[in-house]
Amino acid sequence: MSRLQFAPDGQLRHLLSIDGFKPAQIHALLDRAEGLRSSTGGARKLPLLRGKTVVSLFFENSTRTRTTFELAASRLSADVVTLDVASSSTKKGESLLDTLAALEAMNCDLFVVRHAASGAAEFFARHAAAGVSVLNAGDGRHAHPTQALLDMFTIRQHKGADFGQLRVAIVGDLLHSRVARSDIQALSVLGVGELRLVGPRALLPDAFADFGASLYGDLDLALKDCDVVIMLRLQRERMRGAFLPSEGEYYRRYGLSESRLKLAKPDCIVMHPGPMNRGVEIASSVADGPNSVIQEQVSNGLAVRMAVMATVLGARTVQP
Amino acid sequence: MSSKLTGVQVFDARSGKLSAAVDLELALRPRLHGVEQINGHACYLLPGLVDLAVRLREPGNSHKGSIRSETNAALRAGVCHVLLPPDTSPGIDSTAVLELVLERARVAGAARVYPMAALTRAGAPDESLSEMAALLHAGAIAVGDVGRPIQNPQLMRRALQYAATLDATVHLQPTERALADEGCAHDGRVAARLGLPGIPELAETLALARILMLVEDSGVRAHVGRISSARSVQMIAAAKQRGLPITCDVSIAHLLFCELDLIGFDANMHVLPPLRAQHDRDALLDGVRSGVIDVIVSDHQPHDRDAKLAPFPEAEPGISCIDVFLSLGLKLVQEGHLSLARWMDAVSTAPAQVLGIAVPERVLVAVHAERVPKTSWLSKGANSPFLHWSLPGEVREVLVP
Repeated sequence: MSRLQFAPDGQLRHLLSIDGFKPAQIHALLDRAEGLRSSTGGARKLPLLRGKTVVSLFFENSTRTRTTFELAASRLSADVVTLDVASSSTKKGESLLDTLAALEAMNCDLFVVRHAASGAAEFFARHAAAGVSVLNAGDGRHAHPTQALLDMFTIRQHKGADFGQLRVAIVGDLLHSRVARSDIQALSVLGVGELRLVGPRALLPDAFADFGASLYGDLDLALKDCDVVIMLRLQRERMRGAFLPSEGEYYRRYGLSESRLKLAKPDCIVMHPGPMNRGVEIASSVADGPNSVIQEQVSNGLAVRMAVMATVLGARTVQP
Repeated sequence: MSSKLTGVQVFDARSGKLSAAVDLELALRPRLHGVEQINGHACYLLPGLVDLAVRLREPGNSHKGSIRSETNAALRAGVCHVLLPPDTSPGIDSTAVLELVLERARVAGAARVYPMAALTRAGAPDESLSEMAALLHAGAIAVGDVGRPIQNPQLMRRALQYAATLDATVHLQPTERALADEGCAHDGRVAARLGLPGIPELAETLALARILMLVEDSGVRAHVGRISSARSVQMIAAAKQRGLPITCDVSIAHLLFCELDLIGFDANMHVLPPLRAQHDRDALLDGVRSGVIDVIVSDHQPHDRDAKLAPFPEAEPGISCIDVFLSLGLKLVQEGHLSLARWMDAVSTAPAQVLGIAVPERVLVAVHAERVPKTSWLSKGANSPFLHWSLPGEVREVLVP
């Protein structure tokens, strides 16, 4: 939906959300990630982004996500600058744009931005200098496109490229989840066979039916014959504000236990964007069990983020 | 002093019609350019506009606007009378602030400012009533909770009873704060997609239901400011049917935009109440056409540039539009959404009745066939979504007593 995301020639300029992607564009990014993953199997560096500077600008704390972005950039030989904005100047009242202007003056090529407000990545992209790209690492409840791409990568790896055959359930706090929004968009771009969204009404508004999904209040019904189950993280603060009565009650209705998982197809894969609340949305035995691909998601994240950075910065993969 | 106009088409508020081109002499003073002989070819002579919601930002936020800048912008745009809500900083809950506003408006000498006094005293929210009798005596034209809606029904009930005793008109804003919460967009399809915290329609309709019951209970004359949903239009229609002494308004933005305009996160589309669904916008236009909605307001809220230089949820709400208010209405007329008669009633006759004032002023508007972007903006507000719009109508002169 963002007009900024693609240059007129179709080249990806910023990655802000999955909106506006065509199936072939997603598959091309995933193909590139696949190539990068095999070529960095021995963890050696590729020179694709030598001389480029990548700045990670995290207004919200997230050590995990930040680390994978920074690792991806350094595997591509970029210079990586970390700006710990969550605890620095913005607290002193410096405006976002002042921060941005200061960084531009330092000749950076790519900003990896995480911010608590929906639309923040779009805001940065709109105000960034020409030639500077913005990569959304999560903005409020809006989007987390690299997470969606790595989820699609993981699904494709296990289930093949024909998403039309798949029945996928996304379970939990959809209202507050940027991962869910981006996954839903990516799945619908790729033509998923059936998409089921599952959660209590306060966390799954009716408007989500607009995404072409069916809405479920009952997890047992929703799991039937699923090929993929994506569990969402439940923020503990949701008990305040009366979204939910308690973690225990949530687990009894929406937690993925071993016995529940049996309702899905035997080869159903279980995904989670992390970090997990074991015993709240997912049982430990499921998270560590044979259907879980949660660890693979983490390692796939590195390859996907390398592919996105290389693409946005216009680096061509040199054929060996 | 008088003004001589030649070849002008005169709008008659009674018949709602434009005359053929005529020459006439009026015992009114040309306030903008001071030239008494005016060629009125291709011009309409309209009644002066009365706007029931104009933020002047003074006292308290003079970096966003001042009484001088905003009343000059208003007058230049043909808005001769403005109602100032009491949510200045400090609020209009004491005669000292009220007198300061009136004095600065008098010195500015542009659009006439009618301050609304607060129903309750700031610093003692949800507890004590303001000295309404003293405030009305000192020049407040009405009382209300616009900008700081009262949440406690007991306090609201007593405030309305007291205002009824004083025979004052009460202006009320239907917002249930607990439901609006931290929201910044209509809780619908677009907010779901963009991940914007939503404000449900219930935040308005629940508060409106309470207002209507309390108005009925107290018998006070009430004006409901800024409704945004189809359901609210139905509720107001039913209340009027029951014979409640009630009027209401809608902002021009809610007639022009809807939630779909939030796609792309344009911070200028962050307004309160939020822009709702397309069918709400259609129902609001229907409500204006049928007269269920009496008045259209600019809801002019000027901001400095920085206020909107933030991601959508963090940008301050409001649109600056007084400079083009009349042109936006003429656009609605040209596009067939409203008749000229209904538009002029909604921005002149009807709001004047709500305030209980007469409107002797006249506005001369050139109506060109081609539309051009406006180049001179007098409001300090940097938050206008209309900056590059080509709009019909250009105010040539304002004639005042």
